[in-house]
Amino acid sequence: MLTIRNLKCWYGGIEALSGVTLSVGQGELVALIGANGSGKSTLLQAVCGLLPGWKGEISFEKVPLNKKKPQDIVAGGICMVPEGRLVFGPLSVLDNLKLGAYLRYRKRDHYGIKKDLDKIFSLFPILAQRSGQHAGTLSGGEQQMLSIGRALMARPKLLLLDEPSMGLAPLVARLIFDTLAELREDGLTILIVEQNARAALMIADRGYVLETGRMVLAGKAKELLADEEIKRAYLGKDYARFTEGRA
Amino acid sequence: MPEFYQYLFSGLTNGAIYAIIALGFSMLFAATDLINFAHGEFVMIGALILVTLWPVMGLPLPLAFVITVLATGILGIVFERLAIRTVKKPDPIVLVIITVGAGIFLRGVAMIIWGKTAKGAPPFSKMPPLEIGGAYLLAQSVWILGIVLATVLVMHFFYSRTLTGKAMSACAINKRAASLLGIATQRMTLLAFAVSAALGGMAGVIIAPITMNEYEMGAILGLKGFCAAMLGGLGNSWGAVVGGFALGIAEAMAVGYVSSSMKDAVAFLLLLLILYVRPTGILGGKAIARF
Ligand SMILES: Nc1ncnc2c1ncn2[C@@H]1O[C@H](COP(=O)(O)OP(=O)(O)OP(=O)(O)O)[C@@H](O)[C@H]1O
Ligand SMILES: [Mg+2]
Repeated sequence: MLTIRNLKCWYGGIEALSGVTLSVGQGELVALIGANGSGKSTLLQAVCGLLPGWKGEISFEKVPLNKKKPQDIVAGGICMVPEGRLVFGPLSVLDNLKLGAYLRYRKRDHYGIKKDLDKIFSLFPILAQRSGQHAGTLSGGEQQMLSIGRALMARPKLLLLDEPSMGLAPLVARLIFDTLAELREDGLTILIVEQNARAALMIADRGYVLETGRMVLAGKAKELLADEEIKRAYLGKDYARFTEGRA
Repeated sequence: MPEFYQYLFSGLTNGAIYAIIALGFSMLFAATDLINFAHGEFVMIGALILVTLWPVMGLPLPLAFVITVLATGILGIVFERLAIRTVKKPDPIVLVIITVGAGIFLRGVAMIIWGKTAKGAPPFSKMPPLEIGGAYLLAQSVWILGIVLATVLVMHFFYSRTLTGKAMSACAINKRAASLLGIATQRMTLLAFAVSAALGGMAGVIIAPITMNEYEMGAILGLKGFCAAMLGGLGNSWGAVVGGFALGIAEAMAVGYVSSSMKDAVAFLLLLLILYVRPTGILGGKAIARF
C-alpha cells in the first residue's frame, strides 16, 4: 500500500535519511523504531508532504507522492497523528474533531461525518464528555486521544502515528496501544513510530529499526521482539515486567 | 455633563474606527504572525475609492460601499501574491520591512491617481444629529458604530460558526497541524490578507465623511490601529475591539479635558504604559482568546 524506496532527506546540508526502504501492506500494522534523532519523524514528514525536496521513491497505492502538497496527500487517504499531538488548544474538542473531517465537509459528507463522530466518541468516551471544553485544557492522554480521533475523522486508509505514547503514564499508553490494535482489527492500515519499542512491536505485524538515517533491521514483530540485539538496544531489562498480564 | 457626553460620543466614533483597523491588524497577525505596516494604506485607498465612486461618479452609496470593500479585499490578495509569497526567505523581519515598503509604494500610487488635494464626502444620511443629555451625536457616528458592531458580529460568526473560520483559526494556532488535516494553509493565508485588507477598506469607507481624504491619511490611522491592537493584545480579536474603543475614548477625554495637542500623543503614551504594565495587552495576546 505504502512503498518507500531509497528515500533520502536533508535538513540544509545535513543528510537525515540516507536511503531508507520500507513498505506497509494493506491491513498491516507496522512499527518503526529507533533512538532519538534516528530520522523516524523525518520519514513520516516526508510521506505527508511536509518536507519537500526528498529524493527516492514514495508511493501510495501505486501513485508516486513526489511534489504533492500535504492537502493532496490527506485527500489521497494518508493521515498523520503528529509528534507532540498538536491539538488546537483554543478550539473546542468537538471543533478539533470536526476539523479532522475538513476535506469531507468540503465534499458535503455530513451524514458520514456524523456517524464517524459517534464512532470516535464510543472509541474514546472521555472525548464525548469533554466535547465542549477547550482542547488545551485536556490532559496529555486525552489530547493524544483527541489527536488520534481528529486524524480518524478524515477516514484515512493509512494512519501514521509519531510517538503516540510519548509522555504518557503506562496505563494511558497501553490504552492507546490497545485502541490501535482494535483499529487494525477493523481493517485500518497503520504505521507507528515509537521509542517504546516493546509496546509497539507487541501490537505490530512487522517492524523496522532505524539507526542514524539507515534501516538496520527489518522483520516480523515477533522475531524482532526475540532478537537479542534489539533487546539490548531498545527493549531494556524490565521487559518481563511490562508484558505481565498481557496474553 | 454635556461636555462629557460630547467627548464620549467623539471617543466612541473614533474608537469604532480604531477597532475595525485594529481588527485588520490583529486577525492578519493571528493568521500569519505578520504585522502589516501597509494596513493603514488600505484604509486610505478605501476612503479614496469611495469618494471617487460615490460623490464624484454618482454611484448609489450601498453599491459604492460594496465595490470599495471588494476592491480593497482584492488588493489585499494581490499584495500577498506579489509582495509576500514571492519572498524566498520569509524571515519575519524581512516581511515586516516589505510591508513598510509596500506602504510607501501604495501611498505613491495613490498620490499619482488621486493627487495631493484632500477630498471630502457628504455624510451617509442627511439626518440631523441626535441630542442626548445635552450633547449631539452625529448621524454619521451612528452609522459608524452600527457598521462596526455589525462587522464584529459577522467576524465572530465567521470564526465561531463556519468551517472556513475554524480552519483559519486552526492555521493560526498551528500551520503544520492544520496542513496535516488537509487544510490548504496558503489559501487560508491569502484569505486572511483579503479579509484584513477589506476590513481596512471598510474603515476607509465609514471614515470618509468625517475626515479629509488624501493620500497621506493612512499612516496615522494605521499607527493608531496598531496601537489599539497592541493595547488589546495583538492577535486577539476581542482585544482589538476593546483596544480600539479604549484608545478612542482615552484620546477624546485627553483632548477635551487636557489639550487638543494631546490627541496623537495619547495613543503612544497608552502603548508605552501597556507595554510596561501588561505586555500581552488588556485581553492577552495571540492564542489566548479569539472570536
Ligand atoms: N528542522 C530540522 N532542522 C535541522 N535538523 C533537523 C530538523 N529536524 C530534525 N533534524 C535532524 O534530523 C535528524 C533526524 O531527526 P528526527 O526528528 O527525524 O528524529 P526522530 O527519530 O524522530 O527522533 P525523536 O525520537 O527524538 O523524535 C536528527 O539528527 C535531527 O537533529
Ligand atoms: Mg521524532
